[in-house]
Amino acid sequence: MGILDKHAFLEKNATLLLACSFAVVTIGGIVEIAPLFYLENTIEDVEGMRPYTPLELAGRDIYIREGCYVCHSQMIRPMRDEVERYGHYSLAAESKYDHPFQWGSKRTGPDLARVGGRYSDEWHVDHLTNPQSVVPESVMPKYGFLTHAMIEGEYMQDLMSTHALVGVPYTEDQLENAQSDFLAQADPDSDYDGLLERYGEDSVNVRNFDGEPGISEMDALIAYLQMLGTLVDFSTFYPDESR
Amino acid sequence: MSDDLKQKHGTTGHSWDGIEELNTPLPRWWLWTFYACIVWGVIYTVMYPAWPLVNQATSGVLGFSTRAQVAERIAEVEAANAGINEQLASVELTEIAGDPELNQYAVSAGASVFQTWCAQCHGSGAAGAVGYPNLLDDDWLWGGSIEDIHYTVTHGIRNEDDWDARYSAMPAFGRDELLTDEEIDSVVNYVMSLSGEPRDASLVEAGAEVFEYNCVSCHMENGTGDREQGAPNLTDAIWLYGGDYETIHETVENARFGVMPNWGERLSEAQIRAVATYVHQLGGGE
Repeated sequence: MGILDKHAFLEKNATLLLACSFAVVTIGGIVEIAPLFYLENTIEDVEGMRPYTPLELAGRDIYIREGCYVCHSQMIRPMRDEVERYGHYSLAAESKYDHPFQWGSKRTGPDLARVGGRYSDEWHVDHLTNPQSVVPESVMPKYGFLTHAMIEGEYMQDLMSTHALVGVPYTEDQLENAQSDFLAQADPDSDYDGLLERYGEDSVNVRNFDGEPGISEMDALIAYLQMLGTLVDFSTFYPDESR
Repeated sequence: MSDDLKQKHGTTGHSWDGIEELNTPLPRWWLWTFYACIVWGVIYTVMYPAWPLVNQATSGVLGFSTRAQVAERIAEVEAANAGINEQLASVELTEIAGDPELNQYAVSAGASVFQTWCAQCHGSGAAGAVGYPNLLDDDWLWGGSIEDIHYTVTHGIRNEDDWDARYSAMPAFGRDELLTDEEIDSVVNYVMSLSGEPRDASLVEAGAEVFEYNCVSCHMENGTGDREQGAPNLTDAIWLYGGDYETIHETVENARFGVMPNWGERLSEAQIRAVATYVHQLGGGE
């Protein structure tokens, strides 16, 4: 039987068996994962993507902290029913600044990949405070405490530096103005020209999101929700035929 | 161990304290299924996108792509409905209800649009919620004709995304110190008296005066409201935020600013007309 008889030797040496099993799994991993880093069409070439503003990034952290991803995915799959309900299917490019990404396939609540602009800020406040007041059949818990948790954004620069470390292209200018941009976005009476200049005139919402004075976690979370899926200009997107 | 089996298959040569291991071959059906899977796997990777190469993965001889497939399926449905959608988008709004076939299509298509895009605020049964109007009754803020509903759905209300959005803003009489606490107290009692019982009847007369100087330009002299400005009728018992003393007081103190998104950019003209027709026939259409 030749080489096949040698397996007896492998089976009797646990360490060698472990090392060889690891080698086999490694090859499988390399074949499946490594190409995604060099294939040209892994991440689509689209217009409009930008890194999160400080306030949106803070909102994203609150989203993750509260475990919103346990019930809500942010990935519209390329299927007719999903596209008709939620909008254009998600692109890899749309989560290229997400660390970690918020994809998923388990939906107790609806997908949120394109929830931005779909509801008013006031609806978000009502809904997060008491979901059943607007959607009686909802099983979502209440998050009204976010309105009372005030945040100042003093650690935003550190947070953004960490994101820059893993590849988000924040500029020096954006990092230096992290806290002032954070404060400006939730205050329409402030001087927010710098914020718009750094992140894009058309894609940044400057509003008092929760309608209450000061910046609360509610402001940050709604700022994040209201921009989800709104960045890419789909009029310039043509799907690559090979995927 | 049966000696017959040992005779038939032999042993693997393993022996532990005299216990030997039979070298029984794999069942035929299992083995052939295994080979068939290998063959299927090879054929699959040739037919469908599979192997990563230098710039991109092999695209497979069938040229299949999930993104092309979804585009195709959507195009199929759109093509199937193209005729009636075009008809729906081009006829006069007021003529939709008169054409039974078109009306039936618009109402059922509109119901799906409503469940997808509108139910989160207006409720899955369209009965609304506090701050989000009930669409089943005949009390309309901005008008209940098919044209009015169509305009509201297309441009929305008080949003920042559409310059043609319906717009009006009630002053925050208390917060901005336009009225004193006593004046607010009295005008709230007057407003309550329009549709029912005031909390303090002795303040109604003073409240009427406050109302005349501050409220009639929008809510009209007799309090019946003005649809041009989205000013609610205060004489009926239908309330958007609530008709008790505390809620009306809050409304006068800080004002209300209900926002509705503009759907003109998200939905097609046929979808907007369908949902307008659906809402119009719910019961209160004018």
